Amino acid sequence: MIHQQADVIVIGGGPAGLAAAVSAKETGAKRVVIIERNTWLGGILPQCIHDGFGVEELGESLTGPEYAERYISRATQLNIETMTETMVLEFTKDLEIIAVNKKGIYLIQAGAIVLAMGCREKTRWHALIPGTRPSGIYTAGVAQGLINLYNIMPGNNVVILGSGDVGLIMARRLTFEGAKVQGVIEILPYASGLPRNVVQCLDDYGIPLFLNHTVVEIGGHERLSHVLVAQVDEHRNMIPGTEKKIPCDTLLLSLGLIPENELTAAVGIALDPTTQGPVVNQDYETSLRGVYSCGNSLQVYDTVDVLASHAQKAGHCAAAFSQGRSNTFKFEKNVCAGKGVTYVVPQKITTYGSIKLTLRAKKPGKKQQLHVKNGETLLFTKKLPYVNPANMIQVTFSLANTMHLSKKDIEVSLQ
Amino acid sequence: MTSRKKITCILCPIGCKIVVQSNGKTAKILEGNKCKKGIEYAYHEALDPKRMLTSSVKVIHGEWPLVSVKSSKPVPKKYLFDILNDIKQTSIKAPITIGQIIIKNAGKHDISIIATRNVKKVQTE
Repeated sequence: MIHQQADVIVIGGGPAGLAAAVSAKETGAKRVVIIERNTWLGGILPQCIHDGFGVEELGESLTGPEYAERYISRATQLNIETMTETMVLEFTKDLEIIAVNKKGIYLIQAGAIVLAMGCREKTRWHALIPGTRPSGIYTAGVAQGLINLYNIMPGNNVVILGSGDVGLIMARRLTFEGAKVQGVIEILPYASGLPRNVVQCLDDYGIPLFLNHTVVEIGGHERLSHVLVAQVDEHRNMIPGTEKKIPCDTLLLSLGLIPENELTAAVGIALDPTTQGPVVNQDYETSLRGVYSCGNSLQVYDTVDVLASHAQKAGHCAAAFSQGRSNTFKFEKNVCAGKGVTYVVPQKITTYGSIKLTLRAKKPGKKQQLHVKNGETLLFTKKLPYVNPANMIQVTFSLANTMHLSKKDIEVSLQ
Repeated sequence: MTSRKKITCILCPIGCKIVVQSNGKTAKILEGNKCKKGIEYAYHEALDPKRMLTSSVKVIHGEWPLVSVKSSKPVPKKYLFDILNDIKQTSIKAPITIGQIIIKNAGKHDISIIATRNVKKVQTE
């Protein structure tokens, strides 16, 4: 067993982990270590070769690899240590991390921990698509890695199920590489990805988007030969008689992402059943003091810019905790999703001051009023001209220390 | 030849469907935009739509078989596949540094193709 100590340990070296580590170091933490199970830093960014990263944060549009390079060189300049090809097996309530790599097993005592493990793609089994089990079925992110990193074409005649951003971007990428993309099938009445991607990845190349449709059967032996696509009603049930057979050799699944929190759950940290990330307070601190969460393992973000800014705060607060100067809890209030809202992060507020909330609307709508209420007391309100579940809503408000809070939860609603 | 096009504005999440009539040289906004910004966007889209082009180029003796690349500036939509064709024909020897020009005058247009990552050389026998 190799014994070590560090002020802040960041689990995961993707965009969130890098942003948190840089910020922890800039806050004054002496030894900051990133533990990454892959061979490289930057997580998914090196395979996201399209541009649009950094527009909000840096004011310029970078490609994924370029955005990652900025943070990696900043981390190198700051002497942040990185352990690649290293897997965290578990961490304890006393903030001890057990990790393993080719050199052996490590026991590292951390002053604070930042969880930045990212997320995984939903598979065929999450959507329970019946049929045979041929080859040719990939998640969109796996296909993206094959094409953009390894120079492997997953297939030639493609159907994409799910209109998440990765699926839309892959429709364009496959078209560029000479594949025929038959269409994108979406069960909801609206696209799950950003409007920009619908226009620039589908409309530009005449790729049809079938809303209120889903794949009801997968066919073929050895290799995928076709999918059966059908229309669904408002309860997402198939409408009999609307089935259409689409011959294809490849099916890409872009069904959404699940935060990765096996380590988090194992130590007993409370998870939010909706986000599937940890329950955190305004400092991104989890229910275990000294453990912070950020990035797509906290909640699935739309853009790396917003993700990085929140991860920076998590890294900053982790560094402060390791130096014994974290915020003390003035109170502990639950923040809950009210009418029209799917979820709110943070799920707890424990101090006064500037509070940043992120939330998602249940469905698209116009001229909505956002309310943040504690019982009957209105803490904050804002008019939103347009809401869309694909666009995360961010609001910041000030909670004055003269404010008397009742025993009730803080509720966020849209109407 | 005049044609009518429905353009989805992407400047904000509202996504107005703007109907534009164009003869290829001039354009007229018929309906659909909720703000002034949408007018400029719709003109560009109707008369001279451009996109940043990103793809990858084959690498010889590299730690990775590909290097990701981008166009030096937004590419007129009608040239995209000319340039992609050029990208497909190209291969480049490692090492490659981020920002390095991989192709000059891609597709015989005034556009360069630039590396967006570093690729180290691997030792070969």
